[in-house]
Amino acid sequence: MRDLFRRAPKTPTPEQKEHIEEAVQKTREGALGRISSLFREQVITGETWDQLEELLIQADVGPVTAMTLVERAREEVEREEIRTPVEAETAIRRQMVHILGEVDFVPVEDMPDGTVVLVVGVNGSGKTTSIAKLATYLHHQGRSVLLAAGDTFRAAAIDQLRVWAERVGVPIVAHQPEADPGAVVFDAIKAAQSRGAQIVLVDTAGRLHTKFNLMEELQKLKRVANKAAPDAPVVSLLVVDATTGQNAILQAKSFLQSVNVDGIVLTKLDGTAKGGVVFSVFNELKVPIWYIGTGEKPDAFAPFDHLQFVNALFE
Amino acid sequence: MFETLSDRLTDIFTGLRGKGVLTERDVDVAMREIRMALLEADVNFKVVKQFVKRVKERCIGSEVMKSLTPGQQVVKIVHEELLAVLGEPTRLEMSQTPPSIILLAGLQGAGKTTTAAKLANTLRKGGHHPLLAALDVYRPAAIDQLIALGKQLNIPVYSEGIKASPPKAAANAVQYARRNANTVVILDTAGRLHIDEQMMSELQEIERAVSPHEVLLVADAMTGQDAVHAAEAFHAAVNVTGLVLTKMDGDARGGAALSIREVTGVPIKYMGTGEKTDALEVFHPDRLAQRILGMGDVLSLIEKAQEQITEEEARSIEKKMRTATFDLDDFLKQMQQVRKMGPMAQLVEMIPGMRGAVKQMGGMPDMNDKQVKHIEAIITSMTRQERRNPGIIDGSRRKRIARGSGTSVQEVNQLLNQFKDVQKMMKQLTSGKMRIPKGLMGL
Repeated sequence: MRDLFRRAPKTPTPEQKEHIEEAVQKTREGALGRISSLFREQVITGETWDQLEELLIQADVGPVTAMTLVERAREEVEREEIRTPVEAETAIRRQMVHILGEVDFVPVEDMPDGTVVLVVGVNGSGKTTSIAKLATYLHHQGRSVLLAAGDTFRAAAIDQLRVWAERVGVPIVAHQPEADPGAVVFDAIKAAQSRGAQIVLVDTAGRLHTKFNLMEELQKLKRVANKAAPDAPVVSLLVVDATTGQNAILQAKSFLQSVNVDGIVLTKLDGTAKGGVVFSVFNELKVPIWYIGTGEKPDAFAPFDHLQFVNALFE
Repeated sequence: MFETLSDRLTDIFTGLRGKGVLTERDVDVAMREIRMALLEADVNFKVVKQFVKRVKERCIGSEVMKSLTPGQQVVKIVHEELLAVLGEPTRLEMSQTPPSIILLAGLQGAGKTTTAAKLANTLRKGGHHPLLAALDVYRPAAIDQLIALGKQLNIPVYSEGIKASPPKAAANAVQYARRNANTVVILDTAGRLHIDEQMMSELQEIERAVSPHEVLLVADAMTGQDAVHAAEAFHAAVNVTGLVLTKMDGDARGGAALSIREVTGVPIKYMGTGEKTDALEVFHPDRLAQRILGMGDVLSLIEKAQEQITEEEARSIEKKMRTATFDLDDFLKQMQQVRKMGPMAQLVEMIPGMRGAVKQMGGMPDMNDKQVKHIEAIITSMTRQERRNPGIIDGSRRKRIARGSGTSVQEVNQLLNQFKDVQKMMKQLTSGKMRIPKGLMGL
């Protein structure tokens, strides 16, 4: 009787399975196909520019920035008497690489001993995983790291970081769930000082940038860190999910106001999303991208390379 | 940030008013604005194209061209088309023979585990006996997270630990639910990338193992252009029956929902609106449409206010306003409450039409903590009598208050003037010259 009310279990036929693989493949190569059709044309037309603009929009660069970039490339093309669509695209790439190369910064691995890194971001952006990866990366660079389990809010966030600390082989300072994150930060910095750990990575609870109280709590964490480590740099890294759209600009603005974001970690670049919005974030707010994350393994992490990033946008 | 689409369209058509008959080209200008607004809201560009085409056809074939308020007419058409795409709120499909099986799937960080707990909580309120099943064996401590949430809510959680095979554990969870008279099983799966073939086929195996009545795709409201790719791939792999849009308590415009809905045709069922386990709402198409258009979100503003101010407090204030007994003590209390809701400028922008007005004023002066503290100091330096009846505060009292609060007489004057303005405004409000939405009375 029960079976009458249940849908028949689905066993995918070979065709269905093929269909799925096809869908996955199509998704992967969607943009690529568009580009090659773009280059079949010999001369630059209005269509070329429309397609390039769409390509940028599809990569989440955002309509306004996309328009500006195309405008600028268009001027360059007219000035330089460029003729082919390939050259037009190169002009845009050049613009983007140039803009992203504007800021100089010291990456975490080169920061002095005692540095405290607050890792902040909205819920689900990948903060805890990024900390594990950054810790692995710093470890490989010969720096000693200590983790601070500052997310005392989300259920089992402390356990999650603890598992990572064990896997990576770095010490961790953690309190009970719902403890004051300020106290965790303070204890972690003191522990790092007495044990001689060079860099403290602080995990913080995910918070939507529109939650006023939570943003204030973050400011407090920074004040605590500054007090506990008065002579060391305290930097804030904002974790941005590459699948995020235009909202990332508002996120960056709010976190910038709250804890003065020094750099961005762009996560989940192993999907089909391109994370183009960080280009707009940089263009508008001059917050540079420091690192990228590309998967769930602890070593799927690398310093940001703006040339590679821009090229990937066009793939 | 952008002004609202409505303001922009009105502007365009006002400029064209003197021209007499509108041409198709004039309409194109308006369509460009609509395109920009939708792209800004993260609606997928292909979906935008189709959408704008539909709107344009309707505009040209309708009364828009002859209307005295073409801008408003266009906005109305856009709004209607948005609602048509977003569809009606749809209920969960429940089995007539329990347990009903609900499978949650999505990308990493979309909010599946939190949604699972919220959904269990909501269903229990509706008379169900839910069982949560933890199938995320990959993310460290994901199972612990669900167990912790289950404990908080006092809802059972089925788990076979991190060594389990998710499809087998899923089937066992359903058996467990049958034995324990659970009426609904909510399966929390690991976050997975839509291009990860191995993980996607695991999801299919889970689906095959339990034949769920609902497969809900959990998607982050902040998702950009890629939302359609992920949704298409999930829909192709497992038969998605509904969408849950999470993190709607932020300020993302939520265009991803429109994209997903358009390309998959799957109805949107719930929205996640906060971190608490009861922050799950049935989908409101109207609110999302307004939000995508950036038309202000009065409902969210009211909700924000309600978070801070209890109904009782609001009623007492309302009474005070009506009877003109609103005094400086109330003023201070109000200011502290409004302050808790966030920066003033952000609040004001939620009110339709205000964004433009604020821009004209050259931005909204933001009250910072220090200013609120000063005001607090000034008011608490007054005697009770002075607070109730500020009219008696003369020169020498002002000097004393300034000294007592460590401020200047000018600052005291400023505050008293501000208070007078507020009182005046309240008189207007209560005499019915101005209308504000109910629920905002507390402000």
